[in-house]
Amino acid sequence: MYLIIAVIILVFLIIFQIAKASEYVAVLKGEEQNRKQTNKVNGFLMFGFMIMGLIGVWYCNELYFKKTLLALPSASEQGEKIDSMLWVTLAITGVVFIITQIILFWFAFRYQESDKRKVYFFHESNKLELLWTVVPAIFLTVLVVIGLRNWNYITGGPPEGSNPLRVEVTGAQFKWIFRYPGKDDQFGKKYYKVIDNANNSLGLVWRDSAALNMKDDPATHDDIVMESTVYVVKDRPVKFIIGSRDVIHDVGLSQFRMKMDAVPGIPTTLWFTPKYTTTEMKKITGNPDFIYEISCDQMCGNSHYAMRGIVQVVTQEEFDVWMAKQKPAYYDAFPEKDPAKKDTAAVKGPLAVVPAKK
Amino acid sequence: MSNEAVLHAHSGVASSHDAGGHHEHHHHETFITKYVFSQDHKMIAKQFLITGMVWAVLGGLMSVLFRLQLGYPDSTFPWLEDILGKWAKGGRITPEAYYALVTTHGTVLVFFVLTAGLSGTFANFLIPLQVGARDMASPFLNMLSYWFFFSASVVMLSSLFVETGPFSGGWTAYPPLSALHDASPGSKTGMDLWIISMALFVVSSLLGGLNYIVTILNMRTKGMSMTRLPLTIWALFFTAVLGVLSFPVLLSGFILLIFDRNFGTSFYLSDIFVNGVGALPNEGGSAILFQHLFWFLGHPEVYIILLPAMGMVSEILSVNSRKPIFGYMAMVGSLFAIAILAFLVWAHHMFVTGLNPFLGSIFVLLTLLIAVPSAIKVFNWLTTLWRGNVRFTPGMMFAIGFVSLFISGGLTGIWLGNSALDVHLHDTMFVVAHFHIVMGVASMFGMFAGIYHWYPKMFGRYLNNTLAYIHFWITMAGAYLIFWPMHYEGLAGMPRRYYSYEQWESFKNFGDLNRFISTVAMIVFAAQILFLLNFFYSIWKGRKVTNQNPWGSNTLEWTAPIRPGHGNWPGEIPEVHRWAYDYGKDGKEFIPQTTPVGADESHH
Ligand code: HEM
Ligand SMILES: [Cu+2]
Ligand SMILES: [Cu+2]
Repeated sequence: MYLIIAVIILVFLIIFQIAKASEYVAVLKGEEQNRKQTNKVNGFLMFGFMIMGLIGVWYCNELYFKKTLLALPSASEQGEKIDSMLWVTLAITGVVFIITQIILFWFAFRYQESDKRKVYFFHESNKLELLWTVVPAIFLTVLVVIGLRNWNYITGGPPEGSNPLRVEVTGAQFKWIFRYPGKDDQFGKKYYKVIDNANNSLGLVWRDSAALNMKDDPATHDDIVMESTVYVVKDRPVKFIIGSRDVIHDVGLSQFRMKMDAVPGIPTTLWFTPKYTTTEMKKITGNPDFIYEISCDQMCGNSHYAMRGIVQVVTQEEFDVWMAKQKPAYYDAFPEKDPAKKDTAAVKGPLAVVPAKK
Repeated sequence: MSNEAVLHAHSGVASSHDAGGHHEHHHHETFITKYVFSQDHKMIAKQFLITGMVWAVLGGLMSVLFRLQLGYPDSTFPWLEDILGKWAKGGRITPEAYYALVTTHGTVLVFFVLTAGLSGTFANFLIPLQVGARDMASPFLNMLSYWFFFSASVVMLSSLFVETGPFSGGWTAYPPLSALHDASPGSKTGMDLWIISMALFVVSSLLGGLNYIVTILNMRTKGMSMTRLPLTIWALFFTAVLGVLSFPVLLSGFILLIFDRNFGTSFYLSDIFVNGVGALPNEGGSAILFQHLFWFLGHPEVYIILLPAMGMVSEILSVNSRKPIFGYMAMVGSLFAIAILAFLVWAHHMFVTGLNPFLGSIFVLLTLLIAVPSAIKVFNWLTTLWRGNVRFTPGMMFAIGFVSLFISGGLTGIWLGNSALDVHLHDTMFVVAHFHIVMGVASMFGMFAGIYHWYPKMFGRYLNNTLAYIHFWITMAGAYLIFWPMHYEGLAGMPRRYYSYEQWESFKNFGDLNRFISTVAMIVFAAQILFLLNFFYSIWKGRKVTNQNPWGSNTLEWTAPIRPGHGNWPGEIPEVHRWAYDYGKDGKEFIPQTTPVGADESHH
């Protein structure tokens, strides 16, 4: 450690001494001449930087492009549109980038100081300025049109008659809680003041409470609640109804190119249509460990980086099988009402109502 | 009121000397009035600069520390525990410390370094000297502005030492995280200090900004019409206007936050259940309201940071191309357009908050509209170089670097401004790359350009050129090496503000890149130390300036003595006869603004 510090200081001192010495040399050699020489060196370096920079851009792409999501097909139909828009944007801005950077460094190099050149007193040209007002404006209009079409599509919600799967997603420090509406296809009421970490993590209203002026909502009785993993169906639109229990979180679905904040008190929504099951995606990526992850994308506290959820994309048949095995959260809170346990838990008479079928 | 009278009214220092025609100050100035509670705009500028530099070092050091975690997630560094104690148990930074460092780094760099350190320094230094005034309209308020900034600094610094740590919820300080003491240790005392510090900072900016505006509008010397102002002044003017109109909104947002934190109100809070505490009584507030108030400042703030850099770069590019700035009126016009639009795009930071989609569309349109004036500026800078006679002074190098970075970062703004794409890229490393290049590094380059260019005027000595060139090339290459590849991380979906990516199947395969970035970051940081050495060494030991106008520049500051006293010009304030950009006109290399228009001079 001390050695490293010593070495660093030494290097600094050496650079510093050289720099001072070169200043004295400059004075001896004649400052003007020295300045011109340095100017040439820097002009050349400008040109070199441009060449190295362009090579670097290419090389960086070689190294990392395959690690980006662009190297893979989008996992959602909506994401395909976003990808194609991304490519158009990349093409336009990429061309502008290359042209302007080359011009910049080329001009710096080409018009470096020379005794022979007489500068061109040129400070205005309405034609030129009009040109570079109008041309960017046209390209931007194209981008805006593409962008807004996609924006309207993705914020528009699933189309009529597409029978979307609805899942409620709730962020909490530092986990994801999911709720399916159950057989009645209705999310029962919830109220945050009855949240109980032990067996009612969402605050479902399934008890009467005079103090809170609430009545048991039977629609909660078949709601299915689970943590960390959510199941969705391939080719079937899924609509997330998103909320938060405490601070702001964000449902980040990078493979699906989707993202939406989870805000306490203000529900938000997001929808997409998964294209590949998790199993299919393992093949496409060639990664046997592949998994769709939900990353929390909004700073939410010290374990923000570990707020991980999982999306399992399955076929409808697999989904039905899986769903049939799920037990409503109600029975965790009221085990005595669980029909599965009815035979063991003695007969409780009329209390053991089976949740409304509908 | 004339300059003389104004200055007389406030300080009574310079004018009495002018009357006598003395060339330096004979009256008594103590150490305290000269260096500490100075009312000389030049000294205040230096105070802003040096305080800003101290923060830049601290903020930079913080980034090195947290990059250490990102780059070497499974190594331990016992010396970290030596300096950070419980924040780096076992030689590895804890998540609490990581987030505290990230947050403080962001806050300090955005506000203390690139706002106070940049516009505080150059508005103070350049406005009176370039418009031809003896000092600011109110030297006293100007002094207060610095001391409010200083107290903000002290409070922020002290927050680093509280038991529960400094605030750690990100520089944007979104509630409820920032509002709830129990949501995060950093949201306890650390957050109180953070808000107090920021409130003091807002006061400082307002005092400074009002002063800059009044000075520019009222205290221009004879002949200095608005359209003869150097572009630096125009830029600093719009910067001050942006600040004065938007900082109060931020302050109001903070005040509501203080109420929510301490007095049980529910402006931002609703339906909250905090682990370990239970359900809170607050209902009916909106967490999103804060984001609107924050970004109503936040977006103008990014231009508050950028415009002074743009102004100085315009000036420096023109001087060192020995050629007029191309399209002066278009440059002013685009600054104006940017200043207006800056107030109309804030919600582009909020596309995924559940914002009304129609409103979102409007913000897309307005956001992409900003790209037009930005494009105009870029092409005008490029044309300024064309057929010039470019001298690569260190200031010029950084100015050219600025243009390059502004292009690179501005273009990715077009990606993010398009809401549908932003849905994919928001809060990923792509955004980190975007705003560091376009705002962070580019404005730093503007600041360096300004320092190298005006150092001879500030201290009457030169910086060492060799060190300057080393500094430039390492920083230029380093900036791209650090931030360019981050775009790829963002395109892989990697979220920002993550302490570690190791448990994520989707994001964990950038380990080698992260190590590379962290290593480059340390080298670049070392290069900045080199700059600091050069800076402080040269104040006392640098080569002396002997030429009153070393760059052959047209603007007024170079007509003042090499080491101007309080009051700037010993005799009359010079009169101005032309714009600031007559370079290469009629075969003359440059024609200072003070030169009367000749009878046979060509018209332009
Ligand atoms: C010209 C100077 C610019 C500066 C100084 C600047 C600065 C910033 C900063 C600091 C952020 C990060 C905010 C955060 O998430 O914490 C940001 C994000 C953003 N910038 Fe820029 N920007 C500039 C140019 C542009 C341009 C030209 C556009 C659009 C054409 C743009 C569009 C955006 C958008 C939409 C975001 C939000 C991205 C997101 O959070 O997902 N920026 N910019
Ligand atoms: Cu989070
Ligand atoms: Cu913005």
